[in-house]
Amino acid sequence: METVKAKIMDEDDIRRTITRLAHEIVERNKGINGLGLCGIRTRGVFVARRLAEAIKKIEGKDIPVGVLDITLYRDDFRIKRIGPGVQVTDIPFNPDDFTVILVDDVLYTGRTSRAAMDALMDYGRPARVQLAILVDRGHRELPIKADFVGKNIPTTGRENVKVKLKEQDEIDEVILVESGE
Amino acid sequence: MALHSKHLLGLENVPKVDIQSILDAAVSFKEILERPIPKVPTLRHVTVVNLFFENSTRTRISFELAEKRLSADVVNFSASSSSVSKGETLIDTVRNLEAMKIDLVVMRHPMPGAPQLLAKHCSSKVINAGDGSHEHPTQALLDMMTIRETFGNFEDLRITIVGDISHSRVALSNIHGLQTMGAKVAVCGPPTLIPRALEKLGVKIYYDVDEAIANSDVLNVLRIQKERQEDGLFPSIREYHTLYGITRERMKNASRELVILHPGPINRGVELDGEVADGPQSVILQQVTNGVAVRMAILFLLSRGEGGRDELGS
Repeated sequence: METVKAKIMDEDDIRRTITRLAHEIVERNKGINGLGLCGIRTRGVFVARRLAEAIKKIEGKDIPVGVLDITLYRDDFRIKRIGPGVQVTDIPFNPDDFTVILVDDVLYTGRTSRAAMDALMDYGRPARVQLAILVDRGHRELPIKADFVGKNIPTTGRENVKVKLKEQDEIDEVILVESGE
Repeated sequence: MALHSKHLLGLENVPKVDIQSILDAAVSFKEILERPIPKVPTLRHVTVVNLFFENSTRTRISFELAEKRLSADVVNFSASSSSVSKGETLIDTVRNLEAMKIDLVVMRHPMPGAPQLLAKHCSSKVINAGDGSHEHPTQALLDMMTIRETFGNFEDLRITIVGDISHSRVALSNIHGLQTMGAKVAVCGPPTLIPRALEKLGVKIYYDVDEAIANSDVLNVLRIQKERQEDGLFPSIREYHTLYGITRERMKNASRELVILHPGPINRGVELDGEVADGPQSVILQQVTNGVAVRMAILFLLSRGEGGRDELGS
């Protein structure tokens, strides 16, 4: 059983956070020339599309958004039954010489980001790879750190952060849940 | 999303949801074949033995490529150069291979039911790559993937298999798989090469190829084996071609949407004219590409970890 412990972000919080992340991305990269976003399925894609929209409002230009499915690169394929089916990866730009920003909803162990980097490298040799994340909940198992963080949410081992986005879940919110025995 | 069965022995009794899973996954795997580095690390932990007791070029290479694109370790075995020629039984052969720690066996065998026997007596996962005149499920699945790419779905699609139906494992697997998916399957050929019992499976039978062409959305043209003529099942290759060969002339009566499939190897000028095989309605080479993708999907789905949690760790 899971119990909801707290609502951490609502729709407005998420919108403001994405706007700030968009500004940070544009600022750090001095514009969006040679810049591409790559959302990690499933919710990372929605975050990436929202970031692209926010960036367009700032810069007045479109930034390409790719979709990365990392199922085939996971390191736990051998030991776990994996949930969603494998889906198509679609990167509409050639990552060679691009700065590619990987986008995901939650950063936790770092294993998904590791798999995403491996997947991306099979498409080319990006000049630089950065990581943008909506929520960082800690408990890293690999030496990975996000370049752009929406919100840090320290959690205990029994707590879990759930990001819900309208594109998939009919509501925009981030909640903290605890799993009971 | 794992399949309901540990093995893929045939398409008879494979549920619709499993066929759907395989065809859906194959679309994603086809994309991998187009990448600059057409290889993923997914099956690094899996060792596959390709056990071929019968000659094969396309199917064996297609399986081997599928396995290598998924980073599996691959061992190839052909009966002519093995202990089978020293009298070892099939089960002993595979048990010995298993003692060397393998996970999956892809087998082609001239005896119908050989993969079922193996699945019963060995602990590896088994994929049937053709057993006698029984089933050839991966061929049927790649045919289905190709048909779906053209038409989008199978509901009420009219698919006619033309040729030697009696001796064809491709025909039987296609009939089972396509009927499960809701297609209307028919067969066409000389009466000596069509088992009557097919009517009981709800398969329509045409003895007139022009009638079949006029009433089909897809023709799956099978190879005519010359040995069958020696068995007296039809008088001559020439007569077969005249009565059942798919020629440009005959195609004039077909609808423009009619699609031509052939599992290969083609006898040009016998069951299929070169002009039709190379023409705009032929999807034969697309079938070959799809074969690798479909086999990757099957290897992937059969190798999924069992048990454990469903959640993705971020």
